[in-house]
Amino acid sequence: MPKITFPARFDFLDEIRDLVAKTAREGGFTDKAIYSLQLAADEAASNIIEHAYEGVTDASLDISCDMQGDTIVITMHDTGKSFDPAKVKKPNLKADLSDRQIGGLGVYLMRKLMDDVFYESNSTTGNLLTMTKRRG
Amino acid sequence: MEITTQEFKHCDLFKVKGRVDSSTAPDFAKSLEKANNDSRFKIVIDMSELEYMSSAGFRALLATQRNCKKYNRGELVLVSVPERIREALELAGFTELFKTFDDTVAAVGSF
Repeated sequence: MPKITFPARFDFLDEIRDLVAKTAREGGFTDKAIYSLQLAADEAASNIIEHAYEGVTDASLDISCDMQGDTIVITMHDTGKSFDPAKVKKPNLKADLSDRQIGGLGVYLMRKLMDDVFYESNSTTGNLLTMTKRRG
Repeated sequence: MEITTQEFKHCDLFKVKGRVDSSTAPDFAKSLEKANNDSRFKIVIDMSELEYMSSAGFRALLATQRNCKKYNRGELVLVSVPERIREALELAGFTELFKTFDDTVAAVGSF
């Protein structure tokens, strides 16, 4: 699976979304699904940059994006702090304006937009996030 | 991302174009905060040329709505929300927090 290494900076999110859109388009996903995949990848990468690499300026992020049959598989590998999306509390979507949580939304969207989100953290090799979605 | 603003007597109209993500959301948030700091709490955001918005943009909308609605001094409303963005806002449970309009005239006139 080919990997692209991006600097772990927010100004590379555009290119990360482009990479996902290209693979998804070639894989026959609809425009609506492509937008969802781009959003999920953006939220995942943003969280890695913001949380796993908090305070780190020269970090990098390896991303692969491929079709396996009718399923798109997006992986993101980082060597920052462990940040397991499954451990992020689900935001209360019914709360009043004043009680709405600002955090946790990105992870929630990722999980809703993808079929599966797996996370593995290894103290030697780093963290690997794998997200998959089948073409409808 | 590009933001243009127009000040009306009763409200401020913001037009945000392009993409709002973690890279550009801080500038989006700052321009909304600036309006609030100038005691402008009635805000219309025209999204007709917005291509993309991630949760970083949603957070800026939420923070501004909270600030605008405090003491009933105003409100933030949205105009011409593109379908994909509306779907994402809906998934985030945000649609009920913002009034939406189909055109800017109706939105500006609502204040």
